[in-house]
Amino acid sequence: MSSNAEQTLQFDQIRLPPEAQALREEVRTFLAEEVAAGTFDPHSGGQGDDFDRAFSRRVGARGWIGMTWPKKYGGHERTFLERYVLTEEFRIANAPTRGHFIADRQSGPILMKYANEDICMDVLPRICRGECCFCIGMSEPGSGSDLFAARTKAEKTEGGWRINGTKLWTSGAHHADYMIGLFRTSPPTKENRRHGLTQFLVDMTLPGITVNPVPQMTGSLDFNEVVLEDVFIPDSHMLGDVDMAWTQATSELAYERSGPERFLETFYVLVGLARVLEDNPDTRGAEGLGRLVAQLHTLRRMSVSVNGMLQAGKEPVLEGSIVKDLGTAWEQALPARARDLAAFANPQSANIPSFRKQLEHATLIAPKLTIQGGTTEILRGIIARGLGLR
Amino acid sequence: MTNDLDLQSLILESATRILRDSCDPQTVNVAFGDGWKEPLWRDLEESGLTLCWIAEDKGGAGVPLAVGFEVLFVAGRFAIPVPLSETMIAGWLLSAADIPVPEGSITLSSQPSRQSVNVDASGKLSGTVTAVPFAGEADYLAVCAPGEGGPIIALAAMQDCTPATKSSFSGDPKGDVGLDGVIPVASAPMPFEMNEEALLMFGAAARSRQIAGALQAILDLSVSYARERVAFGRPIGKFQAVQHNLARLAGEVAAANAASGSACDTITRAGSFDETVFLEAASAKIRAGEAAGEGAAIAHQVFGAIGFTQEHVLHRYTRRLWGWRDDFGSESEWAEKLGRRVVDAGADELWPMLAAR
Repeated sequence: MSSNAEQTLQFDQIRLPPEAQALREEVRTFLAEEVAAGTFDPHSGGQGDDFDRAFSRRVGARGWIGMTWPKKYGGHERTFLERYVLTEEFRIANAPTRGHFIADRQSGPILMKYANEDICMDVLPRICRGECCFCIGMSEPGSGSDLFAARTKAEKTEGGWRINGTKLWTSGAHHADYMIGLFRTSPPTKENRRHGLTQFLVDMTLPGITVNPVPQMTGSLDFNEVVLEDVFIPDSHMLGDVDMAWTQATSELAYERSGPERFLETFYVLVGLARVLEDNPDTRGAEGLGRLVAQLHTLRRMSVSVNGMLQAGKEPVLEGSIVKDLGTAWEQALPARARDLAAFANPQSANIPSFRKQLEHATLIAPKLTIQGGTTEILRGIIARGLGLR
Repeated sequence: MTNDLDLQSLILESATRILRDSCDPQTVNVAFGDGWKEPLWRDLEESGLTLCWIAEDKGGAGVPLAVGFEVLFVAGRFAIPVPLSETMIAGWLLSAADIPVPEGSITLSSQPSRQSVNVDASGKLSGTVTAVPFAGEADYLAVCAPGEGGPIIALAAMQDCTPATKSSFSGDPKGDVGLDGVIPVASAPMPFEMNEEALLMFGAAARSRQIAGALQAILDLSVSYARERVAFGRPIGKFQAVQHNLARLAGEVAAANAASGSACDTITRAGSFDETVFLEAASAKIRAGEAAGEGAAIAHQVFGAIGFTQEHVLHRYTRRLWGWRDDFGSESEWAEKLGRRVVDAGADELWPMLAAR
């Protein structure tokens, strides 16, 4: 393997095109109407993961789910940068996107690449209409970051596969219509321990599937245990090649890792801090706020750049992983830093009570930010590989 | 006619070749004396790089701003120990003000917004210019001063001034320059409706780009070293703890690169030094400065004792990275200003400001 040591990290200068900024205005108007109608409260965090099927349908009706996908699947063939703007506006507003976001970001693209045409024609248009919610069946009791330790088994049987095992920490499984599950179809080989796993599309209404809630420390009921007992999945629902899931899992990671949702999860705390400091900030408060804004601006420039490069057909895999590593660490550290910076703010400020509430919420959810979707440790391993160290 | 991209790659190749030949940090590091400086400067001058931002009809190379900023990235990769960026910036301003740009190196204050320089009715300068990189070494000094009809830019010969060179982090000279009684070679109104604040933004973007180049170089050095250096029976780059440090270093390099690249690009496209340029320049200098500190610390940790020696090349980069943090506004200075602007604009304006591009 040649050395990457002389390879410069690349961030093309990408500015959002006028059509993306025009879309931003449309999205803001839509969200303001939803807020006015009482659908959600934009000032409190934690609703980004909330499930609201009716809201998802309205988003779908606007053409904002699967917006980059081919029209024949119900998509709108718009650009990644338009989707980018949409994603960040929804996230900033704390809109309840759980009903469609996972399908839009990753499940739909996986189906387009690996599912047969009948399934694509059936499922993708429903995702685009906001009628179809997905969960991701990867982690298991003995397999988290070490994905290739998955033991939930798929055994070949007449016309399909019989699934037995348990998936764990499955976010949103209790709402999901489908899961994209990773199951063991063969034992690993001596040469390649990643061999032997296969992805399947699992209809969550099939007999043999039990979803049990696992309450989170925040009180949220997002996590689930999904028990699969003799679940029959037809051959047509296998995604990609048997035993080869490990080659499929890596290609789309730049999309999944580099989005604005990877650093905006606690953004409301930054706005809250600015509000608390609003009248006459002390030097430390102003300086600290300035640094946070500069860091966020930089993350966003990196993220826009990676998405622009993806749109241009490049593969900034290393840069995408770096965005998630830096971004999740930043959004995780934000509550503690904001707490420090607000310590000497005017205690009479009317904005203190709401800020405290935001802080409490953000502090509680912060630990998950560097775990979900690939831990910091896994990401740094991937970055090290990109640098030519592994 | 070559297009801009061809032009850019030609110029960057030429810059890389010259700096590799005449300014290889390893060679310079073990050289006795400063004998390498003169040929280096001569090569840079002959290539046109020092005057690259000056229009062709004024005797320069007429290189677009965007390309010049990339020259500074390359200069950072070689831990540039001569006033290339200072001469480029000064030359750009002077020529735009229709002041003939002399041969030789030109420097300017790295704190343009903090100067107390005066010009009397006869055109004589007084006061002190502070924090001047290469203070005693450069041939000329470009000075910003308040004039009757707005800020002016003046060109003074260093030999007429009183440089008090202090030591600096980098080992390159830096210090204050006394101007009392100095008659400038020439002076003219500041071009581009520029003032000291605008010059601070421009300098911040330029210095950030140089920092990003130096950071990329220490990432390259650190990764190569971690692949070669064996300890406990394996290359140290095989140890997870070292890998994770290098991944963090890559993150800092990426952040400095993206932030500085975005700021330079914004200045290149901007019609004036407005709020947009302020956000970009401030963010670039803050984030690149932070990355300089973090990145230098990680690189030293990777290299261990050898990287702490005079003989090793690492300090040529890390000392300059530490020093460059202070030029054209430190992280803290920019952050305080940026924070106050955010608060003054109001919390609800924060997201629209960030999302404008």
